[in-house]
Parts: sequence; C-alpha cells; structure tokens
Amino acid sequence: MVSESTKIPEQQLVIEDSPQNTVSTQDVQLDISVEQLKRLVSPRALTGETMLLNMGPQHPSTHGVLRLLLELDGETVVNCIPDIGFLHTGIEKTAESKSYIKAIPLTDRTDYLAPMSNNLAFCGAVEKLVGVEVPQRAQVLRVILMELTRMNSHLVWLGTHALDIGAMSVFLYCMREREMILDIYEAVSGARMMSSYIRPGGLWRDVPASFESLVKRILDVFPGRVLDYEKLLKDNPMWKERTVGVGVISGPDAIAWGMTGPCLRGSGVNYDVRKAQPYSGYEQYDFSVPLGSAGDVYDRYRCRLEEFNQSLSIIRQALTRLAPGPVITDDRKVAPPPKHEIAYSMESLIHHFKLWTEGFKAPEGEVYFAVESGKGEYGVLLSGDGSPKPRRVHFRAPSFNNLQPLGPMAKGALLADLVAIIGSIDIVLGDVDR
Amino acid sequence: MSTSPSTFQLDIPEGLVASTTLFRDEVTLHTDKASVLALLTHLKEVQKFEMLTDETCIDYYPKELRFGILYQLYSLSRNIRVRIKVMLSEYDATLPSACSVYVNANWLEREIYDLFGIVFEAHPDLRRILMPADWVGHPLRRDIPVQVEENAFTFNRERVDADKPRPTE
Repeated sequence: MVSESTKIPEQQLVIEDSPQNTVSTQDVQLDISVEQLKRLVSPRALTGETMLLNMGPQHPSTHGVLRLLLELDGETVVNCIPDIGFLHTGIEKTAESKSYIKAIPLTDRTDYLAPMSNNLAFCGAVEKLVGVEVPQRAQVLRVILMELTRMNSHLVWLGTHALDIGAMSVFLYCMREREMILDIYEAVSGARMMSSYIRPGGLWRDVPASFESLVKRILDVFPGRVLDYEKLLKDNPMWKERTVGVGVISGPDAIAWGMTGPCLRGSGVNYDVRKAQPYSGYEQYDFSVPLGSAGDVYDRYRCRLEEFNQSLSIIRQALTRLAPGPVITDDRKVAPPPKHEIAYSMESLIHHFKLWTEGFKAPEGEVYFAVESGKGEYGVLLSGDGSPKPRRVHFRAPSFNNLQPLGPMAKGALLADLVAIIGSIDIVLGDVDR
Repeated sequence: MSTSPSTFQLDIPEGLVASTTLFRDEVTLHTDKASVLALLTHLKEVQKFEMLTDETCIDYYPKELRFGILYQLYSLSRNIRVRIKVMLSEYDATLPSACSVYVNANWLEREIYDLFGIVFEAHPDLRRILMPADWVGHPLRRDIPVQVEENAFTFNRERVDADKPRPTE
C-alpha cells in the first residue's frame, strides 16, 4: 500500500512528449521516502489495515497551504503528519540583504493577519541591539495598535474557526468588525494590511486627527458585538458538541511542546509575555490574563473571546494616557529628520541621505526580543555584525511552534474534529513557513 | 521589567560552561558539543527552564568556526531567559539532537538542518521541513547568494535549472 501511494508512476512526470523533458523517477527525490514514512506511521499502515490519506495543501479548512498526511482507521486519526513549507518565501534570508529599516516590510508578511505585532517585535529587537529610547506617545500608540492587532487576529480566527465547524454567520459578523480595525490601519499607515507603521525608535508618523474618534467608535461598538458572538456560540449545544473535550493538551505537555499564547493559556498555564516580560509599558496597564483549564478547543475559544474584553480595557486605559509629544526618537542616527528640516539644515540632509542609502549601523552581538502577538510569543532573534545589515534575523513564529504538537493532539480524534483542532491552534501559514 | 541577570544565579556544575557573556542584559552560556546535552538536561531538570523557546543557527561565515547554534530557554517559574551557544566548524557540522530533553526541538532542528545543513545525531526524523526535498544545498548559509529564481516552465526549464544556486564546494 505504502510503496504504491508514494511512488509516482513514470508517465506522470513526463512534462512534454519530447525526450529531454522526461524526468525519470531516479532524478526526483520524493518529499518523503518509504523508509522515512515507515518510521512515522504505524505498522498497520504497511499491511493496508489503515488508510493513508492526503489532506491539503489546497483545502479550505487548513487555513492556508498546510498539508497533512493522515493515517486513518475508519474515521479515527491514527497518525497525523504535518507537512509544511509550501509558503516558504525566504523572508529570513531576504532580511539579511536589507538595511534594518528596509527589512520591516518583510516582517508584515510573516504573520499577515497581525502585521503590527511583527513590526513591533522586529523594531523592539533593533532598538534593543542599537540602544534607542522610544518616546512616551509612541509607546502608548504602540499599545493601542497592538491590542487592535490582537483583536484583528482573533476576529479572523473566530470567523474562520466557526466557519470550519459550520457556524456560517459568525464569519460575516467578524469580517464586518474587522473592517473597522482595517480602517484604522489605513488611517495611520495608508495600508490596510501591510502596515510597516512601527519603526525603530517609534512610529513612522503621528496618527491623524481622526484616530481617537475611530478608536472610540470601536470601544463603543465592540463590547456589544463580543456579546453577540458569545450568544451565537458560548452555550450553543452544537458548538459545544464539536469543541468540548476535543483536541485536549495538558498544561505540562503544552509547555514541553513550546506552545504559547491562547493555546498555552487554554491549558491553564499562566504565561503572557505582556505580564512576564513587559514591553512598551504594558506593566502600567491593568488587565487580566484569561485562563482555561481543560486545554480543549472550547477553552482555547473561551480564552480568546475574553481577550477581546481585556484588549478593549487596555485600549480604554491607553487613550487616557495619550498626551501630545514626539512619536519617534530624536536620535538622528537611527530615525530620519522631519522633512521640513531638510530644506534648511545641511546636517539633516546628510542624516536623511545616509539613512536611506546606507542605513544605520548596529553593533556586533545577538539580542532576543519577544512580544505577545495574537497567536503567542512572537520573538525576533537578531544578530548584528557592525554593518548596516543584520547578519541573521530569525523569527520565533508562534504558529510554527504551536503547530508542531498537532500530531499528538490529533491522535485518536475523529477526522472531522481534526478541522476543529487546526482552527483552534490559530495558525497562519505565512508565519509557519516564513 | 524582566528580572535582570544580576539578580539571578545559575549554579551550574563545573566543566559544562566554558564562559558566560552578558550583552544587553541577556545571558549567553557558551559551551561545546560534548557537554551541550548535559547542560540542557541540567538546566531543564535542576534549574527549572521548562521551555525551549527557540533553537536556531547563525552563520558567522567566513570565520573558521562558522556556525553558532543558539538555544533560547525560558523558565516559567523563575521568569528568566538564558541562551546557550555552541560553535561548530563547517567541516564537522554535527551536534547531538536535543529532542531527548526538549521534545519540541524536533521541528526546530529539522529547520536548522534544512536551512544550514547541520546534522543532528540521534534525531528521530531528520529531513527537510521548509525547502522542497529536491533542493540542493542549504539556503541560509551566508555563501549562498540571495537571488531571484525564475519560475520554471517547459520553455525555460533548462536555463532555470542551470542558473539554480549551488553550494560552493
């Protein structure tokens, strides 16, 4: 059975009917050899007692190009082997050839549903490496944007997760609310998704005058909307049937697998980077970290829904702290001078020219900086070599680390529940594959 | 802020750590290939570093000991981070796998193997994870150039194949 399913017949590889375009099976290394496969599946698959089934990469419920090799006994998953890399675009490699500022747009494209969190993680690492102070107003604005980004990420998660399980209407409501957040993105950065708004030393520019009213609109509207989602799902017997007791992972297991974010907290482990190792002044805000207990799909859902309310509370507090002031450091070696200064100051012109042609130099050494993105701990390991370009940028992607225990979590589950488990992990394949 | 390194003490048995560096308030323990597993086990079991946050590699090309393998550990109970660094030569780029200590090292090490070509001994499932299985070389090595690869169609397949970046031998 196995040898047949993994061996590609000769004629499928013939690209065109001419001899030079024929590729023989010897030339093509398959994704996985039969020997490797034997180590991953149970012996029953070799006798044909269980079935090997391919799921994805083009599948509506895998949230992107995730491929799963499933070993099924009837409808029960015996083994689930994730196969990733279909969206690998070499972001870490490309970042090595860019100056620190020019690498920021790349970070948007890792977890493309929470671009501002990625911007902050990268800029925070650069600030740590270079040693830059961030002005107060920029810190407060960053907190507001971080929480909006978390809500943005959770809205897409909730919509698609509910859609996967069969609750169609939630998706429409979530997309409606997400639009309000994307409007704010557009107002501040000019782009709805790929914002690149956060820069080393602060923000690209100050927020427009309409910013506060846009955020206040969200604060007014959202609490009721979160209640609506809860009404649709929380006590819905069909929703509970599909989620309670499904995809259980215990707290110690979740720690051992390096899970972070709502996936870890759904198992009752109290770890939130905002509380444990605060950044951007999160220690000044009063908020709680919602925890689950069972570690199943339902508890992960409860955690994320409660995070909406906590995010709203943080934004409300941050708005009261928002005082006028600069939004980017006045260290001209790191941040460009204001445009009007260039017209009359030779020094500013030189700084501007140097920053956009060469960039600023960062010292030799490694730093690790982590933020709590919507999906978990998003860390950036940055290595400088004294030049304006990084030696190495590594993204500690929460989706990558949270996806790894999918195999053990899915073991023994029904095939239909696998869809619920994938949804509850909340992966973004751009973040998994980078 | 996070606990600063001066306030925590790591009592590590002698011989496991060659030197300790402090950069931007981050502790890095330098060790070697022979004692890295013992050090990881000690830090997990005795010092309560329960979580392997990240494991990755930095290529210091063209230095002779070019690969630095970094383990980023986090202790939930003590709320401290520590980093372990092992330097490897290009000609002996092998390291014992940390999977027996931290189970999530599995994919992290597969990624390092895929992108840098470091071979992890006793790894349960060492194969490429991000790149296609038929890709030649290890793309994140610094001697592989960043370049755009054209999409291969029937009319240009030969030229694209010929232009593919290859590792320098």
